[in-house]
Amino acid sequence: MQLTREELLEAYRTMKKIREFETRVNAEAQAGRVPGSTHLYSGQEAVAVGVCMALEDSDYIVSTHRGHGHSIAKGCDVAGMIAEILGKETGTCHGKGGSMHIADFDVGMLGANGIVGGGPPLACGAALSAKTLKSGAVSVAFSGDGAFNQGTTAESLNLAMVWKLPVIFVIEDNGWGEATSAEFAVAGNIIERAKGYGMRAEKVDGLSVSDVYESMRQAVEYARAGNGPTLLHITTERFFGHFNGDVDTYRSDAHKADQRKNRDCLVRFRQTLISGELLSAGELDEADSAIVTEIDVAVVAARAAKEPDPSTLTTDVYVDYE
Amino acid sequence: MSKKSFRAALNEALHQEMAADERVIVIGEDITGGVGGDGVADAWGGAFGVTKGLLGAYGPDRVLDTPITESSFVGAAAGAALTGLRPVVEIMFVDFIGVCLDQVMNQAAKFRYMFGGKTTCPMVLRATFGSGARSASQHSQALYPLFTHIPGLKVVVPSNPSDAKGLLIESIRDDDPVIFLEHKLLYDKIGEVPDGVYAIPLGEARVLREGKDATVFAYGRMVDRAEEAANVLARDGIKVSVVDPRTTSPLDTETILEFAEETGRVVIADEASPRCGMAADISALIAEEAFDALKAPILKVTPPHTPVPYAPSLEEAYMPDAARIADAVRRTMKYQLSVK
Repeated sequence: MQLTREELLEAYRTMKKIREFETRVNAEAQAGRVPGSTHLYSGQEAVAVGVCMALEDSDYIVSTHRGHGHSIAKGCDVAGMIAEILGKETGTCHGKGGSMHIADFDVGMLGANGIVGGGPPLACGAALSAKTLKSGAVSVAFSGDGAFNQGTTAESLNLAMVWKLPVIFVIEDNGWGEATSAEFAVAGNIIERAKGYGMRAEKVDGLSVSDVYESMRQAVEYARAGNGPTLLHITTERFFGHFNGDVDTYRSDAHKADQRKNRDCLVRFRQTLISGELLSAGELDEADSAIVTEIDVAVVAARAAKEPDPSTLTTDVYVDYE
Repeated sequence: MSKKSFRAALNEALHQEMAADERVIVIGEDITGGVGGDGVADAWGGAFGVTKGLLGAYGPDRVLDTPITESSFVGAAAGAALTGLRPVVEIMFVDFIGVCLDQVMNQAAKFRYMFGGKTTCPMVLRATFGSGARSASQHSQALYPLFTHIPGLKVVVPSNPSDAKGLLIESIRDDDPVIFLEHKLLYDKIGEVPDGVYAIPLGEARVLREGKDATVFAYGRMVDRAEEAANVLARDGIKVSVVDPRTTSPLDTETILEFAEETGRVVIADEASPRCGMAADISALIAEEAFDALKAPILKVTPPHTPVPYAPSLEEAYMPDAARIADAVRRTMKYQLSVK
């Protein structure tokens, strides 16, 4: 399906926003202003954006520990996100969650997740709600190639077929589960495994946002029509190490340079837009500078925000009592 | 009011709440039993028959059989609870929490807190527990201390049919994740149960009898044994209070301390393993908050720190019984404080 100029510009803007956000998160971490750990999404932007472009606010996503990109693509407020990562009371979760627990239920973002493989069962549950309450919503479980080996994911693929749930399993294969390669850790073939459950499955080039969008659009249509789940095996690139303090010596400098030079989804998308005369370099530059400003304002505000008051330590453990 | 079994009381609670609120669904292995077969539908109604008849009343969209994959369907209950349903999910034996604890401990229990109070997770996880059924080490544990340890979870351990019904209704209506543990040897216990809909608040102890000499605190099946011990002791003129806190989280610390202070002698009968359990927890609470009122050391009556054995002779030796509870009370009565 052909995307309009406006849709293409919006996709570009969101990808750029994720890239800029992660660049700034990394800088804040390097400067010692991030209390905890972060897992940067840079390099994978086309996946989050292509997937979420095919969704409505009322659809659900369940994310991973590498969740900033998913959050931004699903519409979470970047000011709240950066404040959360800096541990401030103005954060998305009032400083109680941090990078790995960003959630915004108003836009269907059911939470990043610190447990590898923690999300797919929850995504089945959201899909069950949609099916039982007949809301027409679909649910997406983002998982990495690492999480794909977890028993929870295997169980969820099975359950999704047994219950015929409107859920889409997005396997973001960046080739690395922490510091262990997928080549070592993933036996067999991701698509074949899904097909073993009788599930519709497709391999997608995660460097192309339009390819991701098109495959996702079809999966959403299939799920909304009541046909059940789809698995998308999307290959992509992780630019940074596993977490922000990971020196990443397990991948060669040549490999990493090649990633940035030849396999950068954002650069490719920009080139495609310009060479196809879909958007001009000037328009894209303008978008870039607006995003840089937006993120900068958010970072400055987050730095200045207050830390959560210690009195909130014991609130919201339960609904009815502390 | 009519006489009903513990099982029937739970079934009635599920029927009444499913009828009142279409967001309430039930999920579990063999929750109907027989799905996909050519025999009768709803053949089991759950491994212990608690959910029998729900399929006919509410249909397969709200009464969901599952594969034997607890992580996925317990997690699905948690995800459904985040997005508008009020699932009651059953795991057949609480021991099976070993294959799905992440979805309870790291997911459901944490959502509200780690997401900054922006959501609720109104799910109930029902499971059987307890020794005495010759089910050995992987089907007999009393794991409520495990759940009690986890902030964000509420934990209910009913001891009789009327409490079972009222506490289950309250648990379904509660907006937090609730672990609801049913002792499998109580299912056939008969008691007076109101026919109408009623809810018993979580965190309120039930006082079964009041006696001035000592207090026995007990949960689940140990409550009957504590009553039995109290009857034996009464013949010797020892008047014992028996208190069933009914929930381990929240814990009715007020009633516990009130009885500890009034009687000064405390025995805690607990079917769970002795280390880091409710007996130890209540004991520490009283030692900390009611030390001056104590006339004797607090005594715990628990199984030894072993897995649950299989052979009847071993399992009988494992479970605390009325004689051990009575003996502990007598020991507290004989204790003489030596003031140095």
